[in-house]
Amino acid sequence: MSIDQPAYATRRFAIEGPPPASWRISLHGSELRWAIAFVVPYAAVLIVFAFYPLVYGLWMASDPGLYAHLFASDEYWESVTTTLLFVGIGVNINMFLALFLSGYFLRKRWWIKALLVISMVPWALPLQPAFTSFHWMLIFPGFIDNLSWKVFGVDSPDFFHHYWSALGANIAAYTWKTVPFWTIILLAGRMAIPQDLYEAAEIDGANGFERFIHVVVPLLANLFLVCTLLCTVWMLGDFNTADIVSSGAPDGTTDVLATLGVDYLFEQGRPALGVATVVSALPVLIPLGYLLVRRLRNREVEL
Amino acid sequence: MSIANMSRAAPRRRRFRWDRLVGELGLLAVGALLLIWWFLPIYNMFLIALDPDGRPEFSGYIWPPHPTLMAFEAVLFKGYWYLEDFWHQLGNSFYIGIATMLLTVFIGSLASFALSRMRLHRSWAISTSALVVYAIPQYFLVVPYYRLMHSYGLMDSLWSVIFADVTFAVPYALLILIWYSRLIPVELDDAARIDGASPLQVYWRIYMPLMAPALAAVGTYALLVAWNEYLYQFLLLSSHSNKTVAITIAEFFENDDSPWNFMVAAAIVYSLPPIAVFYALRRYMAAGLTRGGVKA
Repeated sequence: MSIDQPAYATRRFAIEGPPPASWRISLHGSELRWAIAFVVPYAAVLIVFAFYPLVYGLWMASDPGLYAHLFASDEYWESVTTTLLFVGIGVNINMFLALFLSGYFLRKRWWIKALLVISMVPWALPLQPAFTSFHWMLIFPGFIDNLSWKVFGVDSPDFFHHYWSALGANIAAYTWKTVPFWTIILLAGRMAIPQDLYEAAEIDGANGFERFIHVVVPLLANLFLVCTLLCTVWMLGDFNTADIVSSGAPDGTTDVLATLGVDYLFEQGRPALGVATVVSALPVLIPLGYLLVRRLRNREVEL
Repeated sequence: MSIANMSRAAPRRRRFRWDRLVGELGLLAVGALLLIWWFLPIYNMFLIALDPDGRPEFSGYIWPPHPTLMAFEAVLFKGYWYLEDFWHQLGNSFYIGIATMLLTVFIGSLASFALSRMRLHRSWAISTSALVVYAIPQYFLVVPYYRLMHSYGLMDSLWSVIFADVTFAVPYALLILIWYSRLIPVELDDAARIDGASPLQVYWRIYMPLMAPALAAVGTYALLVAWNEYLYQFLLLSSHSNKTVAITIAEFFENDDSPWNFMVAAAIVYSLPPIAVFYALRRYMAAGLTRGGVKA
């Protein structure tokens, strides 16, 4: 048998010639043309619908006068502050809750597994109806006020009448929608940590907190950083929460850069100013994007 | 074991059980809080939809005293002028969702095949460009996109929204498909080529069947992106015949006189397809989510 195989292989070579070189080694002629043809639809979509609008947007916002106007405007600085608070507080709450819940869902109970399945409902629910419900739940008098009155005998705060409670409502709604997603990612990362490491730490006398600090934190750090960066970038670009949940209330103070940019475009008919509002966030977005791309590339695209 | 030893061991066991009981109660309490947190907005939607007037919050109820399915009937049988075109609009939403899903799977699978299986030269430039688009928030492109759709002649066309959704779904699809294709031995491609298969045949007969789970994940993801997306639909679609359910819900929302129970009933019906698809394909989705990260 071991002698027959090379003989058979030699006969095949004699009849058909040597097999084509592996794609891993070389790509020539018609195969190269096929490969290019396979990439063309993707490249076309990216160039026509992503990079061209990006360059067009930068060109639209290239007039320095737009930035002079923006920087002199109170509503712009108000939206910058709100965006920073929304992102700064929101990212920390999102990632802390996701880390906590990923530990919770590691517990081996049938009902916790069932909860994990249910936990994806907010993520799968379309964003607009969910955030609309949040808005109506929190308006005064709304469902939360009714509930507060029935259970505690006191009125709830008028959430959209005060800046901090309106901002808190936006962060709560965003957290409600996205924490299940981050939890699943971190849960997968924690499940990939070999059980032996926990057992070795336990034998060495480490308690639960010490195992978390010395085993989970170092091994989950990279994944946690990538998730934090992604969460920051997406919150920075979030339009829906401020538009639907608080609708900018009170008096447009909870508008973020995204809603202000769209407001300039449609309410005030100043598209260039709208793009400039967006572009003004690039000094923050570019370093974040660069770090993110590097991290994702280094990890061969795996989160 | 002596009686003395047993008496020493007994309190230790009892203390251990108390610890466990407290721990279990803690887990149950967290579970109960999570359930309340997740379902509060959903409960609120049903509270409004089941109320005959649709405004239970002003009457102080936390459950309507006379719940009725009237609002759902109005949605199903076009019982209100706002909802006359609900099924047509749902059809538009499906059209956008399914076209986005098919195009994302088609474009992503072709590109991932060329990059990961055929090892096209300088493929790093293309995969990096995917990462760059992945890191751009959707709203960043909305104003130039709006202007460009005018010049492309695609304003008020469902395809303008489809292209926007595909643009933001394809980079994720590419990352997932490239990752998943590394799990499939390249020797299968080589064997097919020795048998005389062209690249297109290898793609269609070897690559696509073996990639089915990953394709299901990215297809579901693209459908969810299209269903969740609201800003581009709101800005790019204006005519009556091209409206989607998301736009109608937004119009309801902006009109204070709207019967909110009808609107929320429409929103609940609109929410069912993505939830059904997600739970039908959640095994694939879970694998996809944990490998690439998704725009939530």
